[in-house]
Parts: sequence; C-alpha cells; structure tokens
Amino acid sequence: MGRSSDNPLKDALANVGRTTVLFFEAFRSIAAMRFRMRDLLDQIHFIGVKSQSVVLLTGAFTGMVMCAQFYIQFHKVKMDNAVMSVVSVAMARELGAVLTSLMIAGRVGAAMAAQLGTMKVTEQIDALRTLATSPVDYLVAPRLLGMFISLPLLTAEAIAISLVSGMSVAVFLLGLDPVFLWNNMVFYTWSADIWMGLIKAFIFAGIIATIACHKGMHCGQGAEGVGRATTEAVVSASICILVSNFFVTLILNKLLIYQE
Amino acid sequence: MIEVIQLHKHFGQQHVLRGVDLRIEEGESVVIIGGSGCGKSVLLRHIIGLVSSDSGDVKINGQSIVGLPERELIKVRRKFGMLFQGAALFDSLTVEENVGFLLEREQTMSPSAIREIVAEALELVDLSGTQAKKPAELSGGMKKRVGLARAIVYKPEIILYDEPTTGLDPVVADSIDQLVVKMRDQLNCTSIVVTHDTRSMRRVGNRVMMLHNGVIHANDVPEEIFKSTDPVVHKFVNGIADPKDLEF
Repeated sequence: MGRSSDNPLKDALANVGRTTVLFFEAFRSIAAMRFRMRDLLDQIHFIGVKSQSVVLLTGAFTGMVMCAQFYIQFHKVKMDNAVMSVVSVAMARELGAVLTSLMIAGRVGAAMAAQLGTMKVTEQIDALRTLATSPVDYLVAPRLLGMFISLPLLTAEAIAISLVSGMSVAVFLLGLDPVFLWNNMVFYTWSADIWMGLIKAFIFAGIIATIACHKGMHCGQGAEGVGRATTEAVVSASICILVSNFFVTLILNKLLIYQE
Repeated sequence: MIEVIQLHKHFGQQHVLRGVDLRIEEGESVVIIGGSGCGKSVLLRHIIGLVSSDSGDVKINGQSIVGLPERELIKVRRKFGMLFQGAALFDSLTVEENVGFLLEREQTMSPSAIREIVAEALELVDLSGTQAKKPAELSGGMKKRVGLARAIVYKPEIILYDEPTTGLDPVVADSIDQLVVKMRDQLNCTSIVVTHDTRSMRRVGNRVMMLHNGVIHANDVPEEIFKSTDPVVHKFVNGIADPKDLEF
C-alpha cells in the first residue's frame, strides 16, 4: 500500500481514520452538490438496475428456504399458519438488509474498488487532480449517494420478493391457507420492523461505498495492487456489515421496537 | 515563476530528494534530466502539488503550495497543464470528453463552444476527427498527443511534461518534441520537461537541469551541458555506462 508500517495495529487504525475522513469529505461534497447529476444517474443505474437479478434471486430463495425450514419446526407445535410472520419479521429486520448488502458488497463494492484502483495505477486519479477536479467530488460523492439511494430500495425489493416467494411455497407446496398466513404476517410485522431494515441498508450503503472507494483510491501498484484492493474491499465491507449489524440492531431495538 | 527551496522527500528508507533548489522564470522552457529512478517525476509532482514533501518549500508565483488543503491546491493547479508519461486519459470517456474535461466541469461555456475549442486543440496536435474514439482505440503516440491537447486546451500558464517521448519510436518522438516546441512558442507558457532522452533535451529546452543523487547537479543551457566535462553530466549526455555497472 506504500504507507504500511511494521505495526499492523497502527496500519489498521490509520486505515480506519483515512476511510472516516473520506466519508466525511464525500458527505460534504454531496451536501454542497459538487457532483454531476449524470454521474449520479450512472451510479444509480449501475448499482440499482444492474443488481436486479442478484437481489431478486437472493430475496426469492431466502424467502423460500426460510419458509420451508420454519414450517418443519412450526408444524410440530401446530403453528403452521405463523410461518410467514416469522419469515416477514426476520427478512424485514435482519436478513433483507444484511443479505442484500453482502451481495452488493460483492458485486458493486468489488467493481468500485477495481475501477478506482485501475484509475489510480494508470495515473487517471492524478490526472483528475491536475485538471483542477477533486477525486472526491468526481468519483466518490456520486458513488456514495448512488449507494445511499439504491441500497435501501434494493433491500425493500428483496424483502418484498422474499415474502411473495415464501408465500408461494407455503400455499402451493405446503398447502397452507393463504388468508391465515397473510393475516398473521400483517398482524405481527410492524412498521418499525420495516424501518429497521431500511435504516440498516442506509448505514451499510455508506460502509460499502466508502470502503470500496478508499481501497481503490489507495491501492498498491500494478495488477497485483488492484487485485488486492478489490479483495480487501469486499472482505472489509462484509466484515464491517456483519459487525456493525449487531450494534445497529441494539441501538435500533432501543429506539424503534421498545417504543411501540 | 516557480521556486523549489531545499525540498526533501523520502519513500520508506529511500531518500529520493535531498534538498533540491531550483528557480524557473516565467516563459522559460526547462528540461530536467537524470537517470531512471533519480526522482525527476517525483520533483515534477511536487511542483504541481500531487505529492507532499517531507520538508522544504515550493512556490508558484510567490505563493507557497506546501501544506495547502486539497481544495486550495485545486485553484493553484488551474494554472497548470500536465502531460503524463502514460498519457493518463480517462478510459471511460471519448477523446472529445477527455480533452474538454475541465471546460465541461467548469460550466462556463456552452457545449458547442467547448466542442469548437476541443476541435482546435485536436487540430493543433494533428488528431482532427478522432473526437468519438475511446483511448483504447488509440496508439501510444496518439494517446500522448490527446494528453497534450487535454493539457493545453484551457491555455495554462505552466505545462509539465513527464517523459513525453518515452516508449515512442523516433519519428513519433520527434513529432511530440515539435509539438512541445509549438506549444511553448504559440502559448508562450512556462514549460518543464522531464526526460532522459538527450535528443529531446537539445530540441525543447532553453535550460537543462540535471538531477543526480537527489540534488540539482548541473544547471546550464543545452550547449554547455553537452560540452560539460563534469564526469556525471558527461557520462549521462553521451550515454556512457560506468564499468562497475557492467559487472554481473
């Protein structure tokens, strides 16, 4: 990375510091509207539209698997018709946001790190700076804002498709009553559950875009450097999503769920 | 005017610049020569503020740029145009978008006016009609010429050239040299050319500085540099290897 020292802890802390600074710089750039609308639309298209197949498949099969698994346990205690309420709450509060974010970290985070890394090693980022253009305004801000807009929407889509697919399995494969399933699901799924998933997706969006851009912009030399930056972006973003999910859950439980 | 005062830079254990002092007047065309890896490009990057120094100062028209925040540096960099060694064209943009990048970002001109200025710049580097091409469709020499068009299109006060002829065949290298001279004469700007090509040095420079062991070792007009009896300068301009370097 060019800046690594002999102390891994110092390196890790420096990395966290630089990533945080990059996030706030990009946030300031977004607030001051220093990005171009065309770049933002390109990013929304890349993150949102081009991730449709990945998100739909993830949501659909997660919903189906959960329905099939929960049914086995619920059937033992004769609570078959509560299956979809558990699928719904689990998807809305946890799995929708986490699984979608992990898939987007793999698809989009890797692409962002590779794009920016290639720009770094071919001096295109330096060229931007010599052309009186801040790389944060031109490269990071539209990616971060595009992710902030797209990921909550993709999460909502994943939750919705998981419920449709779960319900299909419950009705057509397991032979459960759709009216009971629906009523139980609506009764036990609160708006706070949906908000929790969407707020998490918003937070994970910031994590994925900032880490991917930071890894790309500070990658090492050559193809090896770009490859390592790409891998590190996906691994770091995924770990940060899983770790932060725990703390965000604690905070949001306190703020949203216990209030009701 | 560009002033570099006691500039030091380390990369890890390597002390690349060891107190560089230089002064370049407005309108001068200076060539910086030196062996591979001696820090020529690093020096150039300090002058435009792409690299921060360990100590020392860089002044552009009397204004120190060392320690300036990035947003302030952006304003200073507006005075510069830079041609990179590998051209550094934005590969997702067309030639026209590359050349007109800064003009389009500044949003002070209409798209048609930008197109006209870009076409003029491309004509100046003999690449008319390539507007719609992507960098991947261009040869190495064409990329350098597009990079040059991008560096001069907004008429900067200072143009920096980082190894403009490296990796090009002699004919294309000659055409790039002629373009550098043309830019210098037509735009009347200050030029700094980093190269280890002695033919280029003779053609494009009013003054030559040789960087050796992290300091400016020689500073004179090209004719005097070629006649120099200093062993380091003499070996470099005549391409004579040290016998010690030949031991395997």
